Amino acid sequence: MTFWLLLTVNSITFGSLLFLLAAGFSLIFGLMRIPNLTHGSLFMLGAYFGATFVGGMLGMMFNFWVAAVMAALLVAAFGAVIERLLLRRLPGQQMAQVLVTLGISFIVADFCLMVWGGDPVAVATPDTLVGSVRLGPMIFPIYRIAVIGIAVVVAIALWLLLDRTRLGAMIRAGVDDPDMARVVGIRVSRLFTIVFALGAGIAAFAGVIGGPILTVYPGLDQYMLPLALVVVILGGSGSLLGSVVGSLIIGVLYNFGQALLPELAYFVLFLPMVLVLLLRPQGLFGRFIP
Amino acid sequence: MSALTLTNLCKSFGGLHVTRNVNLNVAPGERRLIIGPNGAGKTTLFNQITGELTPDSGQIALLGSDITRVPSRRRPHLGMARTYQIITLFPQNTIVHNVSLALLGLSPLRWNPFIDLKRQGHITERAHEALKRVGLGHIAERPLSQTSYGERRRVEIAMALAQNPKVLLLDEPFAGLSIDERHDVHELLMAIPRDVTMVMIEHNMDVALEFAERITLLHFGEVIVEGTRAEVVADPRTREVYLGH
Amino acid sequence: MKTRIIALLLALVALVTVPYWMPGAYYINVTSQILFYAIFALGLNILAGYGGLVSLGHAGLLGISAYAAAYLLHAGFGHPVAIIIALIAGLISMAVYAVLSLRTTGIGFIMITLALGEIIWGLAYRWISITNGDNGINVHSRPMPFGFSLASPTAFYYATLVVFLVCIVIVTIFVRSPLGAALMGTRDQPRRMNALGYHVWAIRFWACMLSGLLTAIAGVLFVYYNQFISPQAVDLTASAEALLMVISGGAGTLLGPIVGAALVVIVKSVVSGFIERWNMLLGAIFVVIVIFMPEGLVPGTARLWRLAWRQFGTSRDDDAAAPSKAGAEQ
Repeated sequence: MTFWLLLTVNSITFGSLLFLLAAGFSLIFGLMRIPNLTHGSLFMLGAYFGATFVGGMLGMMFNFWVAAVMAALLVAAFGAVIERLLLRRLPGQQMAQVLVTLGISFIVADFCLMVWGGDPVAVATPDTLVGSVRLGPMIFPIYRIAVIGIAVVVAIALWLLLDRTRLGAMIRAGVDDPDMARVVGIRVSRLFTIVFALGAGIAAFAGVIGGPILTVYPGLDQYMLPLALVVVILGGSGSLLGSVVGSLIIGVLYNFGQALLPELAYFVLFLPMVLVLLLRPQGLFGRFIP
Repeated sequence: MSALTLTNLCKSFGGLHVTRNVNLNVAPGERRLIIGPNGAGKTTLFNQITGELTPDSGQIALLGSDITRVPSRRRPHLGMARTYQIITLFPQNTIVHNVSLALLGLSPLRWNPFIDLKRQGHITERAHEALKRVGLGHIAERPLSQTSYGERRRVEIAMALAQNPKVLLLDEPFAGLSIDERHDVHELLMAIPRDVTMVMIEHNMDVALEFAERITLLHFGEVIVEGTRAEVVADPRTREVYLGH
Repeated sequence: MKTRIIALLLALVALVTVPYWMPGAYYINVTSQILFYAIFALGLNILAGYGGLVSLGHAGLLGISAYAAAYLLHAGFGHPVAIIIALIAGLISMAVYAVLSLRTTGIGFIMITLALGEIIWGLAYRWISITNGDNGINVHSRPMPFGFSLASPTAFYYATLVVFLVCIVIVTIFVRSPLGAALMGTRDQPRRMNALGYHVWAIRFWACMLSGLLTAIAGVLFVYYNQFISPQAVDLTASAEALLMVISGGAGTLLGPIVGAALVVIVKSVVSGFIERWNMLLGAIFVVIVIFMPEGLVPGTARLWRLAWRQFGTSRDDDAAAPSKAGAEQ
């Protein structure tokens, strides 16, 4: 019983991390119509930055949350640069844009290897969230529960942003019909930069938050990217609700898969993706077929 | 037996009824013009006839047999060919290669991965013949990207004719052409023998009037008037919904 | 036409005499690598170049054949059985891949093939009872066709060369065939091809199968060359390298993927002698080529060459391989 409950909590925690990663991925996909293959790298880059800031750099140690925000801002700026300098050069050529993001992901991965080396780097759990809580007969690590809370907060913030602000209205218009959005006077190109930076920032934030659970190591990018891809194929691109539901499904499947069929954990992910592709190619909540 | 029959055809996108209970009967060898203002549902109707869109209800029969459920890729094999309003050709290839692709589409050879297409004399010959029919024999080897708009329109027609159709659907074949080019295309269409039934859609009535023996007037997806050229032109409803005065 | 035949003959002579003029076994081995990677790139080029279907999971397919051969050899089966079953396994996986990924084209196709490739990587990495996980599987011997041992670099080179030449002939015939023309038609105008009476899905499916066959052949050569297979051969980097070969050389041309394979293999083996950072260079080349030379080296150079000829006022030879739309375009 305890085992199952703990597994469920772990699944939801992992799903929360996936949501933080996939929300930006899905937004970028929805708006720019390209899967951003650097997304795993941005997650990893954020995690490494976070680890460095928390662990101390130039004689300064940063609070975990400050480190997370700093990492997010840095990577968001990096995302904006990628969009401005590279993707902007290939307007309308989605295939070329995807390949450029792939190229950048290799550069980032090697950069991380060069700077942080091949050994895993641990990110210390913030002091206030160390330890566990006891609920009846069960013991839960506080941090894992906190991650769920953070994801909920980010989800609500994103929802408010998309649903209640002018920027959000423009993004939604762009997702539904990029050409139409351009016609009605939305500066789609600036929107691209903003959304790309936003997605990159959330991914990096997720990297720092995930740091204490996953530890940071070379290859983390390749580990996370396909998961984000599967979440978006499952949930549907450009849909916040799709990211939430997709992340939870994948979080549960992956963790239960790892516990019950460790050798085939990756394969278990494949089944819902196949079903969705066959029955509903635009994804559960998607608005268009990629 | 008629060449093309539509029975109670209906299609809507969401709440928008683009085809409302359309009945159409085109006799073999007939030249039929379907006119209607922009947005009348002409191209949507064509797309249902060719199978690129599936009607919500109703039947489509080609030469007496029901083809409503036949996939669009099978319909050329049953004797239906069409030209497109927006020219969708293969610009990197030569004109004769474009027409060869049309011929190949109906030949079992299209599945053959072993033979050299360029050495299939009968295909190349027939492609050249089709091009001669439309007056492009002399530039057959030219890449399509180096041809004029009017020439491409003729390549469209050559591709359709090469498939030796029984029913030929023409989607605004005069659109975007100069007066001279229009005249040439018109001559070309008039020279097509009677064993080919032709259905043309056109929103500009004057251009295509000469071509038509019978005219169907479409408005908001509905057949408003149908009859001979004289009947339709004289009909007050034509003036009202179509000519606008 | 004459110059082409002479160039072909010269290339053939150069390839056949490689063991005599290459300075050492190391370089003969590099040439063998170029050849089987070229087969792999030719296979991917059928889809990415001629079919407009960019697959980012092709290393997974190569891996399935390589793993199948390695597993069977490890389990004690003979070489013929291992090779044949490896090829069949590759084709069956390709069929599954095709059925799942051909539901979409363009970006959707990239995403699904990428996800499928990663799943195969996950299996290779995790399904330890079959794949031995990160430690990989060793292959202790090479086959002996007609009694010739392929143990030496030179012998293996000649075996690879023969297979390579057969593959080139297959691809050349296919590209010139009606089915090849139909495939290029579905790349440029799928809707129109459908309206002309072609079964677009089926054409793409058969293209996938040919691509899968070449990939499986490359997989078998790969495992025999390295005498080892590990998840690294199956990861996203490997798929991206293959795509880089196709795009850098020139997608949709016959020569392009071969030039691209040579480029990538040479840069990789030369560079790894100096620095460890192959991935960074790979990424940088990728970005530069996609942005500055999207048509690839072969068509790009051919264009410059023709321009130069015209500059000198000489009549030009139009016989060069027809440059077609690069797979990198939309």
